[in-house]
Amino acid sequence: MSALASGTDVNGVELGVVIFFFAVVTVGGFWAARWRRGTTVHSLDEWGLGGRGFGTVITWFLLGGDLYTAYTFVAVPAAMYATGAVSGFFAVPYTIVAYPIIFIFMPRLWSVAHRKGYVTPADFVRGRYDSRGLALAVAVTGILATMPYIALQLVGIQAILETMGLGGSSNTFVKDLPLIIAFAVLAAYTYSSGLRAPALIAFVKDTLIYIVIVVAIIYVATKIGFTDMFAAAKTKMTTVSPTTKLPTGTFITSDTTYWAFGTLAFGSALALFMYPHSMTAVLSGRSRKVIRRNAAILPLYSLMLALLALLGYAAIAKNTNVFGLDGYANPQLAVPRLFDQVFPDWFAGVCFAAIGIGALVPAAIMSIAAANLFTRNVYREFIKRDASPKHETRVAKIVSLVVKFGALLFVIALDRQNAINFQLLGGVWILQTIVAVVAGLYTRWFHRWALLLGWAVGMVYGTVVAYQQEVPNAKVNLVNGAPNTVVDGTRHFGSPLANFPFTDQKVYIAATALLLNLIVAVVATLVLRAVKAPAGTDDTQPGDYYSDAPDAKVLASSEPAAAGAEVGAR
Amino acid sequence: MYDDEPQDEPAARPLSAGTKLIAGVLLAIPLIALALVPTYSYETPKLWGFPFFYWYLLLWVLLTPAFTWGAHLVITRARGERP
Repeated sequence: MSALASGTDVNGVELGVVIFFFAVVTVGGFWAARWRRGTTVHSLDEWGLGGRGFGTVITWFLLGGDLYTAYTFVAVPAAMYATGAVSGFFAVPYTIVAYPIIFIFMPRLWSVAHRKGYVTPADFVRGRYDSRGLALAVAVTGILATMPYIALQLVGIQAILETMGLGGSSNTFVKDLPLIIAFAVLAAYTYSSGLRAPALIAFVKDTLIYIVIVVAIIYVATKIGFTDMFAAAKTKMTTVSPTTKLPTGTFITSDTTYWAFGTLAFGSALALFMYPHSMTAVLSGRSRKVIRRNAAILPLYSLMLALLALLGYAAIAKNTNVFGLDGYANPQLAVPRLFDQVFPDWFAGVCFAAIGIGALVPAAIMSIAAANLFTRNVYREFIKRDASPKHETRVAKIVSLVVKFGALLFVIALDRQNAINFQLLGGVWILQTIVAVVAGLYTRWFHRWALLLGWAVGMVYGTVVAYQQEVPNAKVNLVNGAPNTVVDGTRHFGSPLANFPFTDQKVYIAATALLLNLIVAVVATLVLRAVKAPAGTDDTQPGDYYSDAPDAKVLASSEPAAAGAEVGAR
Repeated sequence: MYDDEPQDEPAARPLSAGTKLIAGVLLAIPLIALALVPTYSYETPKLWGFPFFYWYLLLWVLLTPAFTWGAHLVITRARGERP
């Protein structure tokens, strides 16, 4: 099949609408360099944190655009479509409980970062514990966890391209050309505008997503009916699968899945704000109040996520065709194909544009965050200690390009499944930095070497256990119109869940690893304190954790244009 | 950026134990409610075709911002700031 080359299967209307919106955000992305500009763009504060001047509204859009990614929009409904509530709907409590948690500790991190000029969480760890090694561990974990996350944004874009009929070509280069073009453009405006570009584009993304959700839910309510939709989902989830001899999925959690559901929700929630990109968006806020206000109103995005998740069930009810251009079933196509199936072409195009732009915003922020980490905590710390702010910014810009093209290569050269596996590992890894970062905001009781040891134990345990989750490598294709399951050996990284040690209760691997990490850190701290191991000097004072920028003062010191741009922020 | 950091910013006023307790309880309620997975793993009562499990979680999407905003108000009032 060569859809692109022959041009017969490409949906021109959908493609046209997508290209239109893509052009709009491209112009916006380049223009963003001038938006709310500070006195210089040649510092990491300006390029990498948007001048630390974003108010409640911009931070809301930025964080929303950042946390609720294209991959979320594609993968959560895909998980609902494939296996139901535990692997899919856990995302709802996950994105609810994250906010009361960050309400508690994030203002402290903002204050100390603002006061001491920290750009990354690893900067904080470096200052607090006086440990380059621990800071390097936090930075490297952040970069490692972010890379596959960026790659998955590309998987999200691939799903919409495939639905529009692009990407079926057997020629790798031709197949991925639209993806390469989209990413090259993204890379160019992130390079020139820094964090301001995704902040501006996030407005477009969120508006489109909200429109799509409202229309899709009205469609489901009137054309399918919620009763029928849930009935179809229940039938599918309770049907016993011929390959595994188990029910297809979970419709409602039961005593075998309570812990799985709960630990996935809470483990992911704790991990969410350890990701460098969420940290970057939070630190770009103007005051503690902006952070607290956002913690209160951001869960409203979760409403949208929940409704999107249910579209996975709608795809079940509508018998949506999820067979990809390669002939095999791909649940990731459930929502794009549903849009394609039930909406007129022009509106399906709007939906695809929403998902596509939904990939660009987080990809941009993630690459900036990874670049900040590399520049601050690897380059300046270990390679060039006397780097000037200008030099630092230049390095960060180049690294943001490298990171994006690395992710692009990853998706093009390797199987999609690899990106998904690494994303699973990324969640397990990033959660292991929480002890050093969050405990450090409250106490300096933990010893730096103990934290490093706990981190290492959590990383190794999590990686090994995730690898051990071996499942049948089943693929479904159509033979004479009937679904046919082909089992090709087994594959690793089959599940984010594993038995809690010495029990047969399935829990989220990251949660067990974190528990182990914490135990090791506590025990090792007791030992290290007993032998009086050197604890290093703390660069922070108690008052740094409460420091607040009063609104009036910030406004007075900003440029008039910057002050006026924040309409309705207070 | 380390040499020109502002040192004269007033720190946020520390909160009284009572304020901390009220804010803490407000923030803990959604966490506890959602952690108790067995309390909401039911199919009935249904609401507009939604099984209980699903509409209950959606309800908490709306309730949690109210609790968190409540904690925000308690803290800002205690500090004598505008929310």
